[in-house]
Amino acid sequence: MLVLGQDEKAKYPFLADAGEYLKDKGFSLVQFGSDPVLKLSVEKALHRIKVAAAGEVYKSDIDKDGQASKDYVLEREVFSFLLAIVLIKLTGMSTLIKRFALAEARRAENYLEKDLGNASNKSKIDLATRIIYDLFNIEIIKENDFFVIPVSDYLKHSVTFHEREWKLINRHVENGKVFLTPDKTVRLIRKELGNYISSKIINAPKPSMIPGLENIVNELILISKKLTPTYTITTGEYPPCIKHAIDILEKGENLPHSGRFMLATFLLSRGQTVQQIAPLFKNAPDYNPRVTLYQLNHLAGTSGSSTKYACPSCEKLKTQDLCFITKECDNIINPSQFGKKRK
Amino acid sequence: MNEIDIKFLEDSFKKYYFNHFDLISSPGRTSEREFGYQKFNSSFFNRHISLKDDKELHLLFMQNIPSDVYCSNAYYAFPNSPMNEKDWKEADLIFDIDAKDLNLSCRKNHTVSICNQCNEISKNTNQCVKCNSTKLEKKSLPCKTCIEASKIEVLKLSNVLTDDLGINKEDIHIYFSGNEGFHVYVYNSQFQQLGSKERSELVDYIMFHGAIPETFGMKKFKPNRSSFPDFDQKGWNGRFSKQVFGSKSKRSKIISELLSNGYSSFQKTLDDVSEQIGVKIDPNVTMDIHRIFRLPGSINSKSGLTKSLCTDVIKFEPYTDACFLNDDSVEVLANCPVEFKLKNKKFGPYKNQKISIPTYAAAYLICKKLATIA
Repeated sequence: MLVLGQDEKAKYPFLADAGEYLKDKGFSLVQFGSDPVLKLSVEKALHRIKVAAAGEVYKSDIDKDGQASKDYVLEREVFSFLLAIVLIKLTGMSTLIKRFALAEARRAENYLEKDLGNASNKSKIDLATRIIYDLFNIEIIKENDFFVIPVSDYLKHSVTFHEREWKLINRHVENGKVFLTPDKTVRLIRKELGNYISSKIINAPKPSMIPGLENIVNELILISKKLTPTYTITTGEYPPCIKHAIDILEKGENLPHSGRFMLATFLLSRGQTVQQIAPLFKNAPDYNPRVTLYQLNHLAGTSGSSTKYACPSCEKLKTQDLCFITKECDNIINPSQFGKKRK
Repeated sequence: MNEIDIKFLEDSFKKYYFNHFDLISSPGRTSEREFGYQKFNSSFFNRHISLKDDKELHLLFMQNIPSDVYCSNAYYAFPNSPMNEKDWKEADLIFDIDAKDLNLSCRKNHTVSICNQCNEISKNTNQCVKCNSTKLEKKSLPCKTCIEASKIEVLKLSNVLTDDLGINKEDIHIYFSGNEGFHVYVYNSQFQQLGSKERSELVDYIMFHGAIPETFGMKKFKPNRSSFPDFDQKGWNGRFSKQVFGSKSKRSKIISELLSNGYSSFQKTLDDVSEQIGVKIDPNVTMDIHRIFRLPGSINSKSGLTKSLCTDVIKFEPYTDACFLNDDSVEVLANCPVEFKLKNKKFGPYKNQKISIPTYAAAYLICKKLATIA
């Protein structure tokens, strides 16, 4: 377990044990609802959540090195984080958990990046690499100005990124290792950091309502409800990859197995039945109605393992040479999102 | 395939298996792998078989005389359970390099088509010359050019695997697939536990897919010459330099050209370069972590040739070194419009001819549906 100083706790408050921290400082949760001085921390917590809900990163009162002029400033940083968790638990809104965890991850990211990039202070680098190792089991080694990590570790984290910059081909790779700058190293674990923080929130026990905080909790519930997006289909048009696959089949040419998989899973996701889809394949050079039905039923989850297969992502289709992107694709990451607009 | 042809192939395969158990072994940790096999003229695929050791494996060969035998790259806790209950542990990294994916101009000279409707055999691969049907089964009899081009891809792949991905040379095993290409196995690597998505990223890296101009020194705004790669750099930067600049003396001039052509033109350059320096592997094979692969040492029923380990891929001659069936003479009725070479001997072309040829050549033609026992 990491032993942290007060300034480090202010930078990485999610590493602190909430219950123990309050006990150490000699406070109970109930006091935060009534004590006017402690209420300042509650207001800060509310602000911290509101900023996160708006998709921004909360700006701390501590400087980039985690220092502050007064000790109580550091203390309030930790309090406001712990109280924000209490408030979110009291709202019971999962949208808030996600947004808050992401924003806090990005905040911590700034400090981690600063610590990693701090060439003159080895202990700061050690702390940052220790945090990354303890939390995410990734061993990072400093090599000159870069941090190197095994390619397999890099891939496990980078596959969820959609920006092309994160593809392995766009990284310096040598001898089984990926070379990263401090900012990229930290960016790589943002999602895990977010997951770590949200799992901390999810696993925290739900406190009973603290008298004096009811209004704040209600305000947060209202904010959260406004955030939940609704999706609607505005067009029934097929994306270019699907149109291309249908074209190939109509011409009686061979569509590779991966293309057939994409087409079938896409149409299933659009609510078509196996019986509606099967005739599409009748022009294929190796068409066999029995095999086609068997495979479609398998994909639909009506036979075999009852797993319903999802349409592959745009990224995967690119690798398989099945992507024929147009500007109408509009940055979607899966063909099934084509033509759907966020309200 | 008729009964007599099947009997002939089964007898020939059995003889080979009986005499070559030394060549047939599972790629290690036998009891954790899934095995499968097919028999001649049966579309049924026997899968989800678990075997204790090579002895049991050899027994499977003798009892079933399979046309094809397969073994998983994955290791499971329960290899004989249904797919979703197998409990996947890890999988070797496998690459498939196939001559048919290399867009070689020689292909049209040695690809024949068999009409699904009237069985006519011809070199016209678009439609049947007799009944105009477009439902054709294509068979290729790969030539030396195909094999040499595949070998180049294997060498490119080995280079990326060792230099970039840090894999030990001893952990890379290269096999001739028994038909038109090579299978490259990687054991004990840091990639054993990667899932399909991560492997697909690895595939893009190896194929040089998805590169952006910034990676190779071309910035969108205020580009400058100092950020372009150089010859002595490791990985794709070095390979890019060799391909695009050609020689050190031309580097400066070509960078000037690249800069004046601009960012989008550079992206186009990268796409072209990808075609030349990217390794041409079949992405679907490497991404699949539940696949079963032809077992090393077993015969490929598409050709009658053996999937063989290549200790020196450059010197490896598949049509000699992987041709293990015997020389006994057999009489066949052959209809093969292209010529081919096995064990350094030329055969064909044959136009509905009754001929006497060695067993290995007869099996090759019968496997390709271009001959039957007379």
